[in-house]
Amino acid sequence: MTTEHTPARGDATANDPTVNVEHDEAGTNVEHDEHDNAYSGLLVNDAHWAFGTDFEDPLAGVDTTVPEGVDASDLGAYCLMLGDDALVFSQRISEWCSNAPDLEEDIALANIALDLLGQSRLLLARAAAADPALVPELPESSPVPDEDRLAFFRNDLAFRNVRLAEVPNGDFAEAVAKILIYSTWRLSIFERLTTSRDSVLAAIAAKGVKEMSYHRDFAGRWVVTLARGTEESRSRLVTALDGLWPLWSELFETHPVEAAVADAGIGIDPAEVADEASVILDQVFAAAGIDRPERGGLAGVGVHGQKGRDGLHTEALSKLLAEMQVVAREHPEGLW
Amino acid sequence: MTTQMNDSRFDEAQLQEQFDATIEAKDRIEPRDWMPEAYRKTLIRQVAQHAHSEIIGMQPEGNWISRAPSLRRKAILLAKVQDEAGHGLYLYSATETLGATRNELTEKLVAGKQKYSSIFNYPTLSYTDVGTIGWLVDGAAICNQVPLCRTSFGPYGRAMIRICKEESFHQRQGYELLMTMMRGTDAQREMVQESVNRFWWPALMMFGPPDDNSPNTEQSMAWGIKTHTNDELRQKFVDMSVPQAEALGVTFPDENLTWNEERGHYDFSTPNWDEFWDVVKGNGPCNTQRIAHRKRAWDEGAWVREAALAFAENQTAEEAVK
Repeated sequence: MTTEHTPARGDATANDPTVNVEHDEAGTNVEHDEHDNAYSGLLVNDAHWAFGTDFEDPLAGVDTTVPEGVDASDLGAYCLMLGDDALVFSQRISEWCSNAPDLEEDIALANIALDLLGQSRLLLARAAAADPALVPELPESSPVPDEDRLAFFRNDLAFRNVRLAEVPNGDFAEAVAKILIYSTWRLSIFERLTTSRDSVLAAIAAKGVKEMSYHRDFAGRWVVTLARGTEESRSRLVTALDGLWPLWSELFETHPVEAAVADAGIGIDPAEVADEASVILDQVFAAAGIDRPERGGLAGVGVHGQKGRDGLHTEALSKLLAEMQVVAREHPEGLW
Repeated sequence: MTTQMNDSRFDEAQLQEQFDATIEAKDRIEPRDWMPEAYRKTLIRQVAQHAHSEIIGMQPEGNWISRAPSLRRKAILLAKVQDEAGHGLYLYSATETLGATRNELTEKLVAGKQKYSSIFNYPTLSYTDVGTIGWLVDGAAICNQVPLCRTSFGPYGRAMIRICKEESFHQRQGYELLMTMMRGTDAQREMVQESVNRFWWPALMMFGPPDDNSPNTEQSMAWGIKTHTNDELRQKFVDMSVPQAEALGVTFPDENLTWNEERGHYDFSTPNWDEFWDVVKGNGPCNTQRIAHRKRAWDEGAWVREAALAFAENQTAEEAVK
């Protein structure tokens, strides 16, 4: 793809640096010469030109046939749920960029956001491939790929993420508590999902398991550190966990779509992992020397008490999406 | 022991001689080597300023992470801003080898006692600025920084080798974003030109004041901390950028930008140095905002850094009891 838009008319010599040779005469490391060419290649066509920047369907070359006996719309809806969780949570965590307590944490939080963003791209692409009816329509000439149509051209009522993913950020204690809760829950689901009958979903889960083991470890260590650090850090952590706890039980409620995909052997009923996730979290709490918060679950809304998986969210989600989607929506035929 | 002490009394001149010989031979000065106090101070100032620039530089582009118009571009942008945090880390590590800690330098930055590159005092007003910053700002930074891979202080030079490679990658990604947008809609092409118009002059000013008004250049060049003058690098950057702009299909906002056959270089107008000094002195569009942002993040993180220290101390104490 690069060849197509790499200009042929560029004069490569115009970019050659004229720095440097004088040092070699003095016998300094000649090996450094290659570094002097760092800016020489903008108009040169080579295989590594901005490597990885081209758009490729994240599922390019993958067989996305829906397994036999599986309802494609259930599979699509399920992938959308998992994809929206990862996308919305990634968006929230990325807000930490340039705001973390120190550079190491800034880098770590960006890593987590990037991993989740990568997971969401695969899951949204899987959703679109399973059930094209999910993908919002745009003008015929629009080059916007499916994953971006799903991310940027749906409104909040069409998002299926759990509400934990969308609640606004608090302090650093809130961030690590939220990541611990999310990754503990999600890791238990993904570990089971690696044996899904849908080989695409199984592969996405296998990749995610490696990533989220690190996320859980990072968050767990910080929870213990904050709990056993200073009085202030302990108190902030306890407050953060208490504030997040009402969102815990929603993670394990079975939506009809989840029940259907679990029956079909391609998805996981989250109720199945409730005990395991609780035990793991209690281990972290024990190491931290803190008690599990005692708070009831956050009520749903609407006639049937609907929640995130049903598309009924907190007030925070539509604002998050308004910001996330603004440039994309202004250019429905834009090429990025 | 006694011998050493005696040595140190009469050997200052000899140490200076060795230092000068190392510089003369274009060899590296390493952290444990003797160095003149003024060299150490100048280096700390320069490397700290560079480290601060990386960290403050996260903000203008970070401003668009939440609004990047595709998931792929969001990932690219987030990874790029994360790289800048990484560059800050290496550079603060280099200052630590000179005896200046990250904490003390950050305190100086947020107190307004140390500078960072003025380019980051300009706002990012459109998503396109992410591409333009990659192309022009990272491009100018690379011109400034590539010669620093050979700078006389070892840890700084080695950090710069890695940083330059990553910056070069960022520059390509930025240019590729603009290339892609130029193949998109009319509105996107207008966005690219508008953004390039805003960043061209600030990018040229990144090389610093003209040589006749750059008081530190001479000493820094003698020490091998700096290897090219501001005007030399600026000219090189202009010469490189013009064909890139033509390939992209945009123009630079300078009617005097023309090829000079005789000089073998492009002629260009004099940047607005009044604006440059005004921004350096703190009146740029975003000076206050950038420092306030960094100060808020630093202050709000204080309790976390304290908790981590307290936790580590508690662990050590517990192990001692065992």
